[in-house]
Amino acid sequence: MAEPILTVNNLKKHFGSKNNLVKAVDDVSFHVMPGETLGLVGESGCGKSTTGRTIINLYDKTGGEILFDGKNNDSLSKKEQKQFHQKLQMIFQDPYASLNPRMTVFEILEEGYDIHKLYKKKKERRQKIYELLESVGLNREHANRYPHEFSGGQRQRIGIARALSFDPKLIIADEPISALDVSIQAQVVNMMKNIQRERGLAYLFIAHDLSMVKYISDRIAVMYKGKIMEIGDASDLYDRPFHPYTKSLLSAVPQPDPHSEKERRRVGYDESMHGYNEDEELKLRDFGNSHLVYCSQKEYESWTV
Amino acid sequence: MMNEPILQMKNLEVDFKTYAGTVKAVRNVSFDVYKGETLAIVGESGSGKSVTNQAIMKLLPQPPAIYAGGEILFGETNLLEKSEKQMEKIRGNEISMIFQDPMTSLNPTMKIGKQITEVMRKHTKISLGDAKKRALELMQLVGIPSPENRLNQYPHEFSGGMRQRVVIAIALAADPKLLIADEPTTALDVTIQAQILEVMKDIQKHSQTSIIFITHDLGVVANVADRVAVMYAGEIVEIGTVDDIFYNPQHPYTWGLLGSMPDMNADKKEELRTIPGSPPNLVHPPAGDAFAARNPHAMKIDFEKSPPMFEVAENHYAKTWRLHPDAPRTQIPEVIRNRYIQYNGGDQ
Repeated sequence: MAEPILTVNNLKKHFGSKNNLVKAVDDVSFHVMPGETLGLVGESGCGKSTTGRTIINLYDKTGGEILFDGKNNDSLSKKEQKQFHQKLQMIFQDPYASLNPRMTVFEILEEGYDIHKLYKKKKERRQKIYELLESVGLNREHANRYPHEFSGGQRQRIGIARALSFDPKLIIADEPISALDVSIQAQVVNMMKNIQRERGLAYLFIAHDLSMVKYISDRIAVMYKGKIMEIGDASDLYDRPFHPYTKSLLSAVPQPDPHSEKERRRVGYDESMHGYNEDEELKLRDFGNSHLVYCSQKEYESWTV
Repeated sequence: MMNEPILQMKNLEVDFKTYAGTVKAVRNVSFDVYKGETLAIVGESGSGKSVTNQAIMKLLPQPPAIYAGGEILFGETNLLEKSEKQMEKIRGNEISMIFQDPMTSLNPTMKIGKQITEVMRKHTKISLGDAKKRALELMQLVGIPSPENRLNQYPHEFSGGMRQRVVIAIALAADPKLLIADEPTTALDVTIQAQILEVMKDIQKHSQTSIIFITHDLGVVANVADRVAVMYAGEIVEIGTVDDIFYNPQHPYTWGLLGSMPDMNADKKEELRTIPGSPPNLVHPPAGDAFAARNPHAMKIDFEKSPPMFEVAENHYAKTWRLHPDAPRTQIPEVIRNRYIQYNGGDQ
């Protein structure tokens, strides 16, 4: 089997002081293979965005290790750090807020090349930027316009073009379509899938819309209060959820189908329902087919029956 | 279920004066809202769904907004002819509204209890003690635990879902006949959204309040709506019962909306269906069918003349030339046909 492009081991990110400690990311481990999409879902405040931001170094991690392309993030040389920043990119939720309103699209896309001192010849650089625009379904006439002249969907395309400018191996997409209309969401998702197929890049797709996540992801991880509750193959996780939190989350998603909506019964989730003893060891246990669930030994035995 | 309508919107036109010209944001919109029903209005941003409903409350600042035509009958009276003073008696009393973001609709410096009782005290002669009692009842009704303590707290001490419950409690405080909910769950997590929808449905069962529910989430529509109106470019392009719209849609735009949302059973290898292009500029609305330019099935007449509303069945209307008796039979996309077959059994 190929080596994962990203491996996260026991990642921790805590905020606040000793008396008021928030364990936003609490001992999270997973990996992303080249060319695959890992969906990271959970409710607001579960730590999914913090996980993404910590991986790309927007936050300093509290503990654990991040291996990108086989190299440990802590022991990178200056040159390797530059590589890291080129090959790992991010797309943000709000396309309005993530583009500088005073810069033209050309300047926005050019900025990264300035910083990394690439494509210094004018002609070469222009060519490269036109290619980027075309790869996200925009055209070269758009290069001289400002962000406010674009619709929400087009702005998100600009954000994606910027993320693609260094031929990344992994893009962390933090709720990239939540701010867009349904019909535009479909356009952007199709485009992201096409780009993935052409370039073989991997996505860490962070979202709360479970139907879209299922559609785009190969594997899915469910987070709750800073921990991964369940991780596995996308359809396996939806068809055969083990953890009561996953079941609760899935049962809450309304479907565009009035008949099944009348039948749908929501199941609640309350941590106390586990009734864990203090001496029980809680960890991700393997339920087969790389489907891992966070549970105690007792639960493992009763759920696998 | 169909009884007398409590609200009748007739040929409403709303324009906005801007530097770029006059934007025709709402164009000839008509619909009725019946007692005790939920009418969902769906459409993309800019389709005019929020403006239409802000017009009912007369919340649009004039200028730039102009009520260019039509009438909104609430009972016997035309709301568009009411003065600002008269509207104040209706807002929050007979018609109330819930907005998307609960934090911006609550006063951050006022205790929750005061915010709920304020509405009652404004509209009815009620003693402070009785108002407080009623506030407690309302908080229980919308599912806020230990209301006695919560009454004395400020909005920042509530979570997003709890804040939206407070907003609903305020909206219900004066027993409105009509509740307008503008994307009330869009900012909330799915689990919280499910709870809020349950609360709203429960209340409706109790009090027979009519609800206009504005949203772009078709899953939510399937869950709450009795009837659905689909808006595009300032017009209603299709209106019918929730089953009509989901299982027998007639307008190509409705097809596009239904097709672009993956459901949980969607095949991953298949591309999501998209609606090509973008909505028209409403400074110069197109002469014919506003959706023609994005409609792969468009006919010549679609570009020339705006279609009327054709009756598909009782209470189901769609504004598309393909329903004209002389129009050639268009191929209904397979996803949509499957929906029909799956639930009605048989071909169309």
